[in-house]
Amino acid sequence: MQFLQTPLPYLLAGISVGGQYALIAIGYTMVYGILRLINFAHGDVFMVAGMFMVFLSASLPLGLAIPLVLVITVLLGFLIERAAYKPLRDAPRMSVMISAIGVSYLLQNCALYFTGGLAKVFPQIPWISDTVEVFGAVTKRVTLITPVLTVALVIALVLFIRHTKIGMAMRAVAKDFETSRLMGIKVNSVISATFIIGSFLAAVGSLLYFTNYASVTPTSGGMPGLKCFVAAVFGGIGSIPGAVIGAFIIGICENIIKGMGWTTFSDAFTFALLIVILLVKPTGLFGEKATDKV
Amino acid sequence: MNSLTQKSDRALTAAALAALVAVLLIMEMTMKSTSILLTVLKKGAIYALVAVSMNLLNGFTGLFSLGQAGFMLIGAYTYAILTMPMEVKLSSSVYKYYDCAVHVETGILPALLLAGVAAAVFAALIGLPVLRLKSDYLAIATLGFAEILRALFQWDAMGPITNGANVMRQYKDLTDVKVPFTDIRFPPTLFCFLAAGICIGIIVLLINSSYGRAFKAIRDDEVAAEAMGINLFRHKEMSFVISSFFAGVSGALLAMFQYTVQAAQFKTAMTYEILLIVVIGGIGSISGSCISSFLFIACNEWLLRFLDESSNNILGMNLLRSGFRKVVFSIVIMIIVLFFPKGIMGERELSWKRFRKRASRRGKEAGADE
Repeated sequence: MQFLQTPLPYLLAGISVGGQYALIAIGYTMVYGILRLINFAHGDVFMVAGMFMVFLSASLPLGLAIPLVLVITVLLGFLIERAAYKPLRDAPRMSVMISAIGVSYLLQNCALYFTGGLAKVFPQIPWISDTVEVFGAVTKRVTLITPVLTVALVIALVLFIRHTKIGMAMRAVAKDFETSRLMGIKVNSVISATFIIGSFLAAVGSLLYFTNYASVTPTSGGMPGLKCFVAAVFGGIGSIPGAVIGAFIIGICENIIKGMGWTTFSDAFTFALLIVILLVKPTGLFGEKATDKV
Repeated sequence: MNSLTQKSDRALTAAALAALVAVLLIMEMTMKSTSILLTVLKKGAIYALVAVSMNLLNGFTGLFSLGQAGFMLIGAYTYAILTMPMEVKLSSSVYKYYDCAVHVETGILPALLLAGVAAAVFAALIGLPVLRLKSDYLAIATLGFAEILRALFQWDAMGPITNGANVMRQYKDLTDVKVPFTDIRFPPTLFCFLAAGICIGIIVLLINSSYGRAFKAIRDDEVAAEAMGINLFRHKEMSFVISSFFAGVSGALLAMFQYTVQAAQFKTAMTYEILLIVVIGGIGSISGSCISSFLFIACNEWLLRFLDESSNNILGMNLLRSGFRKVVFSIVIMIIVLFFPKGIMGERELSWKRFRKRASRRGKEAGADE
């Protein structure tokens, strides 16, 4: 057990962050699978969820604040899709992406306005913020909860997509947008459902992530957002298990790199991984072959 | 007839440029050097250059690249390292924790050129793998390279060259520009306009050449362009390298303008801002990019400042406070992106011909009214 003690805290942190990344990455991979859009605003939705938690928990009890944060974030994701992406459905892909960048800019600036640019302290959530000891490594309980919760949510999501009608519609739209439209699938409601699921998972991820990091700033969504997109690409965009595995790998590698004292490169590593993956196996670990991405 | 109008158009352009130079000179003589208008003009000119360089890539070649901040970073640092006087490098006033490893010092113009070259060399290297990717994958890969660059420049081991994550300063800035062969100070705003103007001029010449037509052909249809005998990779790489060269130069100009430079400044948010400038101006329009960068900078730094003053609140609402300007601004940007996807200019350019047409149309309307 002795040799485990040095790398263990980093490994634990890695697994925990990996789980949080996984919840965000699912939003990216589902939206990309259906709309072929890198939803640059997704990372900021994640940040905004953290902000709502800060503001709501200041005046409401936690038992009320947490469900409210989930509902508001879902609503936000839905509204963003309706307002910023739906009008551009027939426009070139590039315009939708620019619109996503615009939404990201808007959300960050709004957060900046409401917080006055100060980092907000994330509330302590009892029980999950408590510290626990695992094999001699001290950590918060959220570290242990995250992977369990992530796996449970992912299994639920996979079952949902496999066995419900709307899940089947999602798979059909992801396979062929035009044909499924012709077959009478209500594409718009499928897309809305995708955004709702993605935002919900991002909100859960946000609650877990910021419990670990303790403060929220207007720009704290950007980097995790990009990393989660990389995780989605790594696992094979459009594939949910792929995104989850990619996110865990990125989270663990990142923390091991930090543990080795290369903190400056923990972000750069993710992008290096992305570039290698795009060049060597552009479909990712679990991606389908017939895509037009490269 | 045609050659005559062409000639007169050229004369008009020359006259307009001369008038611009004269106005700038007069403004610089009469106004305080700290005046907000001059600041806006300087920064606007610098951003116009980087916006046009991004437009060359995104608007004219159809390569959606988001690496602009990274190339500006290379340019800014190359410039700062090269022009910092030797005695500053050897003393500990800037390189506090490191021994500076660079023992050369150059003038401003060679440093500006080398800043561009450094960015271009890097672009040529990453272009080899990255340009095989398409649309959004290219975007995210270039964005990734820009982030890696930022980490690299802040790395401790690079400290003897880049001063780690610390600020670079005391290099030659805009006030150090001299009129050639004399000791008279060159007007800084005019210098920005000249430098940016020459670079933009070169880009315009490139776009109007046969290479430029090849770029546009690639943008419109890659397969057709290849079938017409255009070497896709060579032209994409060329456009990428040239665009990065000018992004590097504009990074160097930005460093001159700011007096200090730090790697942490060149985040993806900066690239997004430049992209939004290009979109507002119209993807595929050089003059659009120029107009919108001046508009963007003016609104951001000056015109909308009143929204941030809490003393301007009416009816006792606490609506206006620090940051409100940016909220309004981003809402306006969203409206433009959603409802006016062509931006200010679309794919058109400012030209005397259009002015004449519009004037004659207006004349006719006035005639019809009578």
